[in-house]
Amino acid sequence: MYPDYMAESLRKVAQTRPRRLDLAKTPDPVFPPMNADERTAVLNGFHPDFATDARRPVRVGPNRGEVLTTEVADLLESHSWLRSDRVNLDRPDIETDLLIIGGGGAGCSAALVAMQEHGMRSVIATKLRIGDANSMMSEGGMQAAVARDDSPPRHYLDAIGGGHFANKPELVRALTEDAPKIVQWLEDLGVVWDKEPDGSLQVLHGGGTSRKRMLSCRDHIGAMIMRTLMDEVRNHPDLITVQEFMPAVELLLDDAGRCAGAVLYNIDSEEFLIVRAKATVITTGGFGRLHIRGFDTTNHYGATGDGLVMAYRAGAKLIYMDSVQYHPTGAAFPEQIAGFLVTEKVRGAGGQPLNKDGELFVFPREPRDIEASAFIRECRHHAGGIETPSGRLGVWLDIPIIDQLHGAGFVAHHFAAHHHKFLRYKIDITQEPILVYPSLHYQNGGVEINAQCETSIPGLYVAGEASGGVHGRNRLMGNSVLDYNVFGQRAGRFAAAYAAEVKLGRMTMAHVEAHERELAAAGIDTALVTPVLLPSYAPEDVQSRQWAKRGRLNPGATGLRNRLHPELG
Amino acid sequence: MAIACASDGSADLAPASGQGAPRSVHEASHDAPHEEMVTVYIMGQACQVPATATIMGGIEYAGHQIIRGAGCREGYCGACATIYRVANDYRVRTGLACTTLVEDGMTLTQIPSVPAGKAIYSIADLKPDVSAIAQTYPVVFRCVACNTCTRSCPQDLKVMDYVQAAKRGDIPAILDLSYYCVACGLCMLRCPAEITQPLVATLAKRLYGRYLSKKSPELGERIAAIEAGGFDEEYRGLMAMTPEALSRRYYAPADDDAED
Repeated sequence: MYPDYMAESLRKVAQTRPRRLDLAKTPDPVFPPMNADERTAVLNGFHPDFATDARRPVRVGPNRGEVLTTEVADLLESHSWLRSDRVNLDRPDIETDLLIIGGGGAGCSAALVAMQEHGMRSVIATKLRIGDANSMMSEGGMQAAVARDDSPPRHYLDAIGGGHFANKPELVRALTEDAPKIVQWLEDLGVVWDKEPDGSLQVLHGGGTSRKRMLSCRDHIGAMIMRTLMDEVRNHPDLITVQEFMPAVELLLDDAGRCAGAVLYNIDSEEFLIVRAKATVITTGGFGRLHIRGFDTTNHYGATGDGLVMAYRAGAKLIYMDSVQYHPTGAAFPEQIAGFLVTEKVRGAGGQPLNKDGELFVFPREPRDIEASAFIRECRHHAGGIETPSGRLGVWLDIPIIDQLHGAGFVAHHFAAHHHKFLRYKIDITQEPILVYPSLHYQNGGVEINAQCETSIPGLYVAGEASGGVHGRNRLMGNSVLDYNVFGQRAGRFAAAYAAEVKLGRMTMAHVEAHERELAAAGIDTALVTPVLLPSYAPEDVQSRQWAKRGRLNPGATGLRNRLHPELG
Repeated sequence: MAIACASDGSADLAPASGQGAPRSVHEASHDAPHEEMVTVYIMGQACQVPATATIMGGIEYAGHQIIRGAGCREGYCGACATIYRVANDYRVRTGLACTTLVEDGMTLTQIPSVPAGKAIYSIADLKPDVSAIAQTYPVVFRCVACNTCTRSCPQDLKVMDYVQAAKRGDIPAILDLSYYCVACGLCMLRCPAEITQPLVATLAKRLYGRYLSKKSPELGERIAAIEAGGFDEEYRGLMAMTPEALSRRYYAPADDDAED
């Protein structure tokens, strides 16, 4: 239920709706899309990445000297949980063909393909439960050029344009050319795609698509695909072992510089376990729970950039870690769901962002960074936002207009999860607009890979949000679900082929010691120990009394840091 | 420390109050004046938490680090199954901690995990009818139609109805009725017949997708064209273009673009 003071603005939204509906019924855009110069101007002026202290040079590691997102640079300039003189690597606790770190969509896909195509055994080690991942949460859809008026190269051009032409071409080709086969592979496993009556895949627009290319599973594509993949993984306990609540905290190399496994940490027993693996796949997802620039996030609880920091310490190069994706439509009201994702499919189906006067101020389907920046400009510069009781700003997202475009009942069916979510707070999205503001959504960059998911470290593969290059500096809607499927499968395929050949040498953690020496040499004084694992939401006064943590944030390890790092007190 | 969840948000473009330094219940300070508080009993322990908090927000406000019991935090993953009672009511209630609001006098606990035996099967060897249910989860035939599952579903699904559909082998009905199941496990925890409803729902969805969904005529054609190398030349052309040339092509008026 909206507070009374918003009534006037809500009235204006209803008042302008018939005029906006007429606009939406013409073939022309409801608002002029921006040209290249306008895009540059709104990004430079209003995207959070361009704020004065948003980025700084990182002082250690493979990307030393490169300007990165400030919080990422902080993360990379941190201590390891481990010291090699306290770890015995000679007797591994677990041996396997593939160690897959992260149990989301990419990790499950990798394990399944490694098994199906090469008969390889995998251990999936994951911090929370299998499927506790951003993969589970995607709502709107997956891009795949399946329609007859579309083509994979057209998908390629859209993805590259959306990424500001920084995307690695071989990765974009893999992404777009594999897409139709992914659709078939998932359907064979049992994913229920939205279809037209003749069986054609239903396609919608997303931000930055030149053809309708967005496949969907109502507004629950993430859960549909993720639950299918999890179920199939669990059908093969003989070849795929799932270790839950068992995050990796450091990669292991062998004496020839190949990745040879990792050290896992059992959150329940506080044991560390040595895994020796012929190949290692990082599928740890992104970093939304670092709350970059204080933004709320759409991300799941464990999205703390763990794979990034482990790979970096082992010597893997990162790409585009100066770029953060803010989803244009995070919920801004009510407070309890602030930052939650409102799917871009809403705008794909005709939903319109409006200012406090009920007027359009941006084309509804610009690429995400452009759209988000335009929202921020409208709120912060043009005073067009609506303030919530807790002091947030937001713009309206007109959803009722969708039913007027597509027929009554469309919203309740296609956006049932959203309908349900807002009804808890007495807001009926079939009747009223909602308030939205950009929310921290996606790690555009990551560990640099090639089309085989190889990194600069032999034996280390990365797939999904933890990898970088495929989306350039801005990902389009529907290319992330596709990304974790395409590259999850590729990582499983190529890591398995590599594992069939490799002969590992003696394991070492020398890279961790080298990293600690580099920190000291650079004069970096930090108490941060990573991977972070989980964010803490304890209020500040509680944190001040959590003496064993000493103000550091990685949880699940009370007193642990003091044991491993007595020098940090 | 920039990694802290409540960042300083001091930069010019960082949102000033709401989005910059979140003031949600998650980040609130115990010292904040004026906030209305309620008492909830978390595993028996009385805690003062903001009246507008979700159960998850309340647990975290009390200083707990949730390990099991939080996942997506937005109502998709089912990690945060919670049982509770409210004041002056004998009934046991169920909810997701991330989407249920606290009430004064509420007494609650999260359910870290609900034991359930997943059937091991090959989807290729099943038929999309009652035989698949009988082979994998014959326990559904023990249903006594008490409707406890439906009453315990935080998603407001008609769980018992899809269990009945499972007994008939009506796979499309299971798909539709269980579409928004988050597999929190509360129904199976409460079920007197010990049925594992979410596992049945997942199986039925997979059977529908593989066998009953009408096949797309254009998908096979597109895959065949890709495998025959039908787009190789166009890809080679695009991949050889400079960013400047790609930009001109990308921003070209739609009409010109449609001709190629």
